[in-house]
Amino acid sequence: MDFSNKEFSSLIDINAVHYIANLIRLKIDDKEARVFSHQFSQIIEYFQKLTEIDTGDIQPANENWAMNNIFRDDVVKPSMSREEFLNNTPHHDGYFVRVPRIFDDR
Amino acid sequence: MELSNLSVRKAHEMLVNKQISSVELTSAVLENIRRLDPKIKAYLTVTETHALEQALKADIRLNAKENITPLTGIPYALKDCLSTRGIRTTCGSKILDGYVPQFNATVVEELDKSGAVLLGKNNMDEFGMGSSCENSAFFNTHNPWKLDRVPGGSSGGSAASVASGLSLFALGEDTGGSIRMPAGFCNIVGLKPTYGRVSRYGHIGLVSSFDCIGPLTQDVYDCALVLQTIAGKDSMDGTSLPASVPAYTSSLGKSIKGLRLGIPEEYFQAGMDEGVEITIQEAIRVYEKLGMQICEVSLPHTQAALPVYYLILFAEASANLARFDGTRFGYSSNHNFENVVDLLIQSRQEGFGEEVKRRIMLGTYVLSSGYYDAYYLKAQKVRTLIIEDFKSAFEICDVILAPTCPTTAFKIGEKKQDPLTMYLSDIYVVATNPAGVPALSLPCGFSEGLPVGMQLIGNHLSEELLFQIGYAYQAETEWHKIHPPII
Repeated sequence: MDFSNKEFSSLIDINAVHYIANLIRLKIDDKEARVFSHQFSQIIEYFQKLTEIDTGDIQPANENWAMNNIFRDDVVKPSMSREEFLNNTPHHDGYFVRVPRIFDDR
Repeated sequence: MELSNLSVRKAHEMLVNKQISSVELTSAVLENIRRLDPKIKAYLTVTETHALEQALKADIRLNAKENITPLTGIPYALKDCLSTRGIRTTCGSKILDGYVPQFNATVVEELDKSGAVLLGKNNMDEFGMGSSCENSAFFNTHNPWKLDRVPGGSSGGSAASVASGLSLFALGEDTGGSIRMPAGFCNIVGLKPTYGRVSRYGHIGLVSSFDCIGPLTQDVYDCALVLQTIAGKDSMDGTSLPASVPAYTSSLGKSIKGLRLGIPEEYFQAGMDEGVEITIQEAIRVYEKLGMQICEVSLPHTQAALPVYYLILFAEASANLARFDGTRFGYSSNHNFENVVDLLIQSRQEGFGEEVKRRIMLGTYVLSSGYYDAYYLKAQKVRTLIIEDFKSAFEICDVILAPTCPTTAFKIGEKKQDPLTMYLSDIYVVATNPAGVPALSLPCGFSEGLPVGMQLIGNHLSEELLFQIGYAYQAETEWHKIHPPII
């Protein structure tokens, strides 16, 4: 789906909701998609207030008010041990994190 | 004397004078939690054993008169978005249920070093996304002033715990009012510091360019004490500020005569409850009486702040929450999956609540090709204008006074089904975060039995001034000394 073909419109229809959900790895059923579509359209419509503001020559804000690039020396420090790391891992074999198949071998 | 209602300052005096021990104080607060928290539900996790161990260690320090800080032996609570080594940290989300961090947030390290005693982790809206604590994946927190009301959000559990004597202070996190709004709804003090004043390391990020960790306390003095302990440069957070940390309590009690109090006209236009407005006007008169010069200021882009705030929030949150994939940590769906993408989808589907899904989907939408310029880039440009608004205002005044919320605490369930109406309750608190400026919310009266909060907004790194002006108000009024009837 190419959003850029649309007008600057507030309408986010059910197909668009499904498309976005897939991009962000969520699964939405049609009933949920209908609710989200209505809510998204309402929210985005309210946010169109911004279009009334002239931002012709205005630069986008820097994310940090006080500084730009922040550098530090690259210092080697001890990192978390494998055992400690795996304490929070849902599926592992004591050595590696286990996940389902990533590559299709067909 | 009810031990759990003590201010940090008073408790410290009593600890140092050996009128109580930290174990006694901590036990009294734990007893209060057992008695009241089933009604208020401020805590997701109570760490009783850990707390008593820390209290015992604090007593050893106090007895030896060695290395005593103003927080040594003082029991406190943490919003559950702050990482605690060995203690479950959920961020109010099912996707982190069972997650036990291997490290402490820097603020937790600092409080540990000071000898403060951790009581447990507070309930919150999932990932900080909410204004009422109703978006917690676990349960609702109730406002101690009226149990059918929300405590505000997202640091609702932390505010409710301080207001009802279930902790002497708490740390919350403010992305767009999440400390100030619940502080206002619960009649306590809450500070959103300058962006970068407090290290964010170990905070589970929502909007990395807005997020600020800060104190929730019974009064301004305590707030200054706590900020003193947690502020400063941290090598683990590149965005933390190198500016030296002043002795925040030393400005307290100084005259505020002649200082200029700015009243932003845009905040006093339609939309505020009458009871809130009357209360705020009365607070302005108190400052007039204290010799402040009252002046009108304008923040022309106030109405735009809400869309700017939410658009940037949606965008940054969708990126921040991409890390939850059901493989490395946190919740993982238990089905047998053919491939990793199915595991990812199912784990996120089951782990995230509705508001989180709503916001990360909107974030993905506003960042998508064709809409990036119209929404995200536009919002970052208007953000520049909001920053300019504050800059111009602070040429005319020293601090700005505004209501914290347009209403008092609303009923549980009242706005849950209507996200846009819920977002609008943040109207007065959101502008400060895109601008990075600090704001202090403090109690200023009641409307129909419910607390009203006001906020003092200052220029970057003006926390000392905010404390001075807030303290002067509290020396003149008694609102902050009124506790909810439930305790």
